[in-house]
Amino acid sequence: MKLVIAYIQPERLTAVKQSLFEAEVTKMSVTNVLGCGAQGGFHENYRGADIEVNLLKKVRIEIGINEEYLQTTIDAIIKGAKTGTIGDGKIFVMDLAECIRIRTGELGKEAIG
Amino acid sequence: MRSRWKLAGIIATLMLGAGVFAPGAFAEDAVSQEMFTVNNTWMLVATFLVFIMHLGFATLEVGLTRAKNTVNILFKNTAIVALGLLTYASVGFNLMYPGDFGIELFGGGFFGFAGFGVDPGEAGQTIAYADGAYTYWTDFIFQAMFAATAATIISGAVAERIKLGPFLIITTIYVALVYPYLGSWKWGAGWLDAKGFYDFAGSTLVHSVGGWGALAGVLVLGPRLGKYVNGKIKGIAGHNMPLATIGVFLLWLGWFGFNGGSVLSADPDLVSLVFVTTALAAAAGVVGAMCTSWMVQKKPDLSMILNGSLAGLVGITAGADSVSVMSAIIIGLIAGILVVVSVLTIDKAKLDDPVGAISVHLVCGIWGTLAVGIFGDFSFMTQLIGVIAYGSVAFPAAFILFFVVDKVVGIRVTEKVEIGGLDVGEHGMEAYNGFQIFTTD
Repeated sequence: MKLVIAYIQPERLTAVKQSLFEAEVTKMSVTNVLGCGAQGGFHENYRGADIEVNLLKKVRIEIGINEEYLQTTIDAIIKGAKTGTIGDGKIFVMDLAECIRIRTGELGKEAIG
Repeated sequence: MRSRWKLAGIIATLMLGAGVFAPGAFAEDAVSQEMFTVNNTWMLVATFLVFIMHLGFATLEVGLTRAKNTVNILFKNTAIVALGLLTYASVGFNLMYPGDFGIELFGGGFFGFAGFGVDPGEAGQTIAYADGAYTYWTDFIFQAMFAATAATIISGAVAERIKLGPFLIITTIYVALVYPYLGSWKWGAGWLDAKGFYDFAGSTLVHSVGGWGALAGVLVLGPRLGKYVNGKIKGIAGHNMPLATIGVFLLWLGWFGFNGGSVLSADPDLVSLVFVTTALAAAAGVVGAMCTSWMVQKKPDLSMILNGSLAGLVGITAGADSVSVMSAIIIGLIAGILVVVSVLTIDKAKLDDPVGAISVHLVCGIWGTLAVGIFGDFSFMTQLIGVIAYGSVAFPAAFILFFVVDKVVGIRVTEKVEIGGLDVGEHGMEAYNGFQIFTTD
């Protein structure tokens, strides 16, 4: 079992969800984050003075996935999120020690679905 | 020596007396100096009530659009008031009230211009100017407040995707020239006035003129990104319902001045009647929209009943002084139903109007104008002629403005700016700096 954590541009979220659904991955958790990587910030100007904003809004998607689906999931995320410009984001893959479905108490592969 | 001064003094007093009393002395129902002050004071109160409607428009539009575009909305609404007032002083007032029409057509004045700038002249600030109803400056500033509202109507419909510069150019020209010129046909005693067309406070002259502009803008601009996807309508929710509600109540408050001041005096009979027809039409608009929204959408939609109150207000604006209170309620009720149906229909036609400006101002403006012919002592045919006449000039004028400016400089922001938000893209600042507001659409 793996936990896929993807950081993407907020405006790509709809496209990423779409391609995940097409790959039959329908379970995920989405949070708003601020982050930076290679992408530079942007300048705001307030009453004559510069404001530098370098923590940019990003969206973080977490998906718990069985090993067989790992590559399809990664491919789907990339398909939705990639624009070719700096700031497209990153995907981390972690090992998932356990997964429990709260409603039924199922464990492991059945719980991930 | 002494007798010469005495003679001069007597002559001076006589002339002074003649100057003060002469205008009143010839009229049968001469208005007293006290009544002049009362009338004028009410008109000035009405003026600042109409003024506060701009805050209403601003907050309503902010509430019904996304947070990332809030600075842009506020900027447009602030700029329009300024530009509207200044252009009305330079050219609008004398275009709307030319006095003498240089060109006559259709049995009345068709075009006239009384010159650039505003000047009360010798009698402008006296009781003689408007039979003791108001002074020249009151007349000017009251009407000037109306002018900017026509342009403001457009700003809601084109929100979230129009470039700031082109928008200001288009609306400045529209409010400086098109609005006042069309206004001269009726309020300026032009040909439609001669025909017997009636528009008490501007269902046609202000609201439908603004509405035609909004429609033209929506057509040329196109919908927001992500609004119509694969043939489906995607809701793009407003980000602040409290602000939208504040906006509507400010507009309702201002409307007491908008309609109340259109009596053009403090006449107790008419002003008090107008207050009642205005308020009850708004109330009926809320109820009409509420019922329609609840039935059609299954759950009652706040933004729809907010639009409903405005629909009722626009609907009664043409006849607030000339229909019965019961009729006002019916007019408002129908306007409330109409606005909900219209919002849904216009969306189905793939015309993206983020705040429902076309539905509230154009559709209900037309309804209100025709309603005067149904519920009041005016000819329905003449009202219809007026509606068509205004549409046949206002819409093409606005469309040409939008179309030409689009071809020359482009009126739509880039995709990057539209996605990231006009606040950062067009203004380099945020509305809610320090707050983490995320949008993924």
